Amino acid sequence: MRRNAKWLSAARIGLYAFLVISAAFFLLPLYVMLVTSLKGMPEIREGNMLSLPHAPTVAAWVKAWSSACTGLSCNGIQVGFLNSLKILFPSVTMSIAVGAVTGYALSLWRPRGAAWLFGILMAVAFVPYQVFLFPLVRMFSYVGLNSSLPGIIVVHTIFGLPTMTLIFRNYFAGIPLELIKAARVDGAGFWRIFGAIMLPMAVPIIVVAIILQVTGIWNDFIFGLVFAGRENFPMTVQLNNIVNSTQGEREYNVDMAATILTALVPLGVYFISGRWFVRGIAAGAVKG
Amino acid sequence: MAIGSRLAAQTALIPAMLIALVVYCGSTGWTIWISMTSSRMLPNNNFVGLRQYEILFANERWQVSVQNLALFGVLFITLALALGFFLAVLIDQRVRAEDLLRSVFLYPFSMSFIVTGLAWRWLLDPTLGIAKIAHDIGFEGVQFDWLVRQDRVIYTLLAAAIWHAAGLVMAIMLSGLRGIDQEIWKATRIDGIPAWRTYIFVVIPMLKGSFATATILMATSVVRLYDLSVAMTNGGPGIASEVPAKFVMDNLFERQNIGLATAAATSMLITVVAVVAPLLYAQNRAAARVAR
Repeated sequence: MRRNAKWLSAARIGLYAFLVISAAFFLLPLYVMLVTSLKGMPEIREGNMLSLPHAPTVAAWVKAWSSACTGLSCNGIQVGFLNSLKILFPSVTMSIAVGAVTGYALSLWRPRGAAWLFGILMAVAFVPYQVFLFPLVRMFSYVGLNSSLPGIIVVHTIFGLPTMTLIFRNYFAGIPLELIKAARVDGAGFWRIFGAIMLPMAVPIIVVAIILQVTGIWNDFIFGLVFAGRENFPMTVQLNNIVNSTQGEREYNVDMAATILTALVPLGVYFISGRWFVRGIAAGAVKG
Repeated sequence: MAIGSRLAAQTALIPAMLIALVVYCGSTGWTIWISMTSSRMLPNNNFVGLRQYEILFANERWQVSVQNLALFGVLFITLALALGFFLAVLIDQRVRAEDLLRSVFLYPFSMSFIVTGLAWRWLLDPTLGIAKIAHDIGFEGVQFDWLVRQDRVIYTLLAAAIWHAAGLVMAIMLSGLRGIDQEIWKATRIDGIPAWRTYIFVVIPMLKGSFATATILMATSVVRLYDLSVAMTNGGPGIASEVPAKFVMDNLFERQNIGLATAAATSMLITVVAVVAPLLYAQNRAAARVAR
């Protein structure tokens, strides 16, 4: 028995050792980004990547935010931050609204074409975006949406639709039918039931949808690059431009400050939402 | 009222139907059609059969892209599944600070591939990154310059991608493990079966659905792999870390070769259908068995 206990505690130590080493591996890039952003360039060149800054300075952060250059304009990453905000709010709202209504119509009503619509939506969740890009650019140019704020918002709505529809459909399908039947007896129609019964009950899934869409849209690169236009480039695109367009010596501290700034919103969502974040991904992942 | 509601439900679906028909089906069809024409800078309707595909598969850049994606995809999915599952099993041993560990393992997944790529590019910088630390502490012989080595660069993308996704696998597996009936553990313990054997022969088969979900999620992101390559290496050195999605983007928007780009996009689509369809089938069967 005592030998067993000893062996157990050895296994326990090994277990914690592995977990701690793994945690270090996962934290390392964030740590390195943070200490790099707080150093001056001479210290970065001569010192050790892992060491703490001798004289921490936020100069790189200030520069990254307000005066880092992309090409000829030197207004910092704040430009991309504001663009991302301008893209984020309407895109999140529209994609959730369309997804919620579609999911609701598919879950409780049996409209014509529901089965094939749902099939197409589920298939699209796996299709590489490259398949859609060229025709979409042509269509958008044709209707004057290309390289504009409304254009990128419509694109996020279009490609948010499969996941949004799925999670709302699954959620609404779990609501007791008796509730809806009672409402119908009382004379409530499609929209009344949606507004007065379904939406108030859908708060948890709306939270999940917001988490999914805010992180997804904030982290998007390819749609912003193709559809937003130079004036509206989101933060991710601008970050990549800042890091890659630096003339002369690269300023790693500014690059890393800009990188952390770009990661702040999704990181904030992640740490505030906690386990809801996982729920969101799981809800969006279980297809069909 | 019933007819009114029916009409309203039908009307409510119009945006989704339009998107499905025009955008999803329409542009897929259009892309496939263009891939069979001689389009270059502008689309034309000059049918050339599979000529673009012949050119595509003879193209070295495309060949490298496909090889990279195959190697990356297999290693990424296998290693992320292994690491994620292992972490989930460890966390499931009633460890302290479980919530903290979970947060630490999963936070990379909340960040974009651009951020991930830039962070790892700096970490692996051949002159100032980890390589320098190795030199400074005396490992003069260590040449950690994989980021600029043509035959190694794909493994740097791999490291970054695993860092990004392993926590997600862990979260999926952990919720699977928590759903397993505790009686099974009692039964195997009474039979004197060691825990590791129970995990391999009993638990893993029971988690088939979780494995399928995680694999599908990662397979989708493998095919879409683009941002990470752009941020970390921009396809370099040379064309050593090119990937198919980037091939399409470059040919669409920089090289003005629409026919070739759409042929590449169509090839990606066919690959996805071939890979995902069996996985979905397996997942649905597993789900059906659970339901029964």
